[in-house]
Amino acid sequence: MSNRIEKTFAQLKANNQKALITYIVAGDGGIDLTEKAVLEMGKNGADIVEIGVPFSDPIAEGQVIQEGSLRSLRDNHTTLKDVFRLVENLRKQTEMPLLLMLYANTIFRSGKETFFAKCQETGIDGVIVPDVPFEEHDEFLETAKQHDIRFISLVTPASTGRIEKIAAAAEGFLYCVSSVGVTGMRDKFSTDFDSFFKEIAEYTKIPYCVGFGIRNGETAKKMGTYCDGVIVGSAVVDKIGKYQQDALPKIADLCQELKAGLNQQ
Amino acid sequence: MSKIGRFGNYGGQYVPETVMNAVSELQKAYEKYSKDPDFLNELQELYHQYAFRPSLLYYAEKMTKDLGGAKVYIKREDLNHTGSHKINNALGQVLLAKKMGKKRVIAETGAGQHGVATATVCAYFDMECEIYMGREDMERQALNVYRMELLGAKVTGVDSGTATLKDAINEAMRDWATNIATTFYCIGSVMGPHPYPTMVRDFQKIIGIEAKKQILEMEGRLPDCIIACVGGGSNAMGIFYDFIPDKSVRLVGAEAGGKGADTEFHAATLTKGDTGIFHGMKSIFLQNEEGQIAPVFSISAGLDYPGIGPEHAWLHDTGRADYLSITDEEAVQAFEYLSKTEGIIPAVESAHAVAAALKIIPTMQKDQIAIINLSGRGDKDVQQIAKYRGVDLHV
Repeated sequence: MSNRIEKTFAQLKANNQKALITYIVAGDGGIDLTEKAVLEMGKNGADIVEIGVPFSDPIAEGQVIQEGSLRSLRDNHTTLKDVFRLVENLRKQTEMPLLLMLYANTIFRSGKETFFAKCQETGIDGVIVPDVPFEEHDEFLETAKQHDIRFISLVTPASTGRIEKIAAAAEGFLYCVSSVGVTGMRDKFSTDFDSFFKEIAEYTKIPYCVGFGIRNGETAKKMGTYCDGVIVGSAVVDKIGKYQQDALPKIADLCQELKAGLNQQ
Repeated sequence: MSKIGRFGNYGGQYVPETVMNAVSELQKAYEKYSKDPDFLNELQELYHQYAFRPSLLYYAEKMTKDLGGAKVYIKREDLNHTGSHKINNALGQVLLAKKMGKKRVIAETGAGQHGVATATVCAYFDMECEIYMGREDMERQALNVYRMELLGAKVTGVDSGTATLKDAINEAMRDWATNIATTFYCIGSVMGPHPYPTMVRDFQKIIGIEAKKQILEMEGRLPDCIIACVGGGSNAMGIFYDFIPDKSVRLVGAEAGGKGADTEFHAATLTKGDTGIFHGMKSIFLQNEEGQIAPVFSISAGLDYPGIGPEHAWLHDTGRADYLSITDEEAVQAFEYLSKTEGIIPAVESAHAVAAALKIIPTMQKDQIAIINLSGRGDKDVQQIAKYRGVDLHV
């Protein structure tokens, strides 16, 4: 089965373009703001959007996304039900691929069958679960597959010796983490990208995109040279944190800048 | 794929990809060294020469008479170097870190006991040491913060979330993911991704091995009941483990009941929690309907954790161990009771085990034997207990 993720990458490839994937925390600034921001990002260059389901203890996140998650829970008491309602509303307005980024406990607590069925019903295309590594993913993989939801795999510069097996099992696209550590905007990268992406290219049959640390057109351009697209999260969440209800034009500008950077290849 | 590091359905390795290689590297190193006679001898030597093991098994005669039930023995982990059982695990892990060629050790701490133990062993081995501690716990345990700094460790306050133990673990995990090549994460309890729950239990099982030998020498038979406090559960796993096959020995864990397990303010994970995935493991956690990890409450910073080690979850499910919750008030009364009755000031964590003993022992027969695991000493808690009792010490 091909879902929106594969279709989007095929289309981008046909147009010789790279993917801009953006991330936003659901309910940060209110669920209505999230809905508008997702659509705004789509209009301004984002090809795929990851919707973060806020979690009390986001261990893979740097400070910016931690704070976004906290704002969403503390100020707006965002629930998974709210997130699915958001996705339902978005699906009436856009055909872009939508992913959920969330922690294992959210899926486990819902019950994986209920969770993935709801993903399919509302129009989610894939999930990214940072605390489920290759060693544990078969607990969720089959149920996700039954509902045509791609379970996105991650590789990092600390994945030495693991990239082959992870890439072989990966679906949708491979999420390449640019640096060890947590999410966040970075001033410089210490990874040896040539050797990192050489290994990824060797084993990966599906598109692969890079995230962690990309914050502007310049970093998007640089990182885009290595792969099929870039993933930008903290820079978006930072706009919401700073500008709240006035963040939409800032996010639009950011997406345009990122997309322009990517297309300068 | 075969699932490793499982206790029934609990355990596993639910960690981000960035730390997965480090977890595997640790797993392999532990598999190797846990069978290496030289490593084990070196550790035994450290237990003996540095931590002053074996710890005493003390016959609490006054308490026995006063309670009128089973004969009471107290396993004196409070007499270890650094004042708690945490030194057993810190010695094991930091020695392993040294063998693995790591230069830097990080740890989380709640009450500060594990932080102090880790800082101590790092001083001994000349390792760089950074301890993550919730800001709220730093206030509750200011003395231990200074103690860690005195030992050469950097103490980093954690303001995120509830600013307690779980948040310190989150931050230590983020540090580990960032400094993965150089850094060894010394987890303080029988929790986290495999191999930690197994490894920490193995480094703590000396408590139960000694206690069994000692009670057999003193009484010529096994005890009928063993009582220990549980937060993550390392001192309890330590004393329980060697007795698990001895089905006649009842194993009891005392959880932090805070203001009462039926209020919103407690840390009674097994009494009130549900299965979940968090901090690298599938286990039982206090959480809401959405799977958000619940804020917890306890007078004891060391038990103030919304989860429990996976092996305890398994012992609980299979009925091999019983767990009950002890309120702050009961713990403080037990703290005062042991101080006055036996002249032993327990850590407020360990006072939860004493409180459970005060309930259980009077219901036992005079010819029965109970052992309380006194996991730590209470000097660090005196100020806070005074505050709880409304006494201003002007410090």
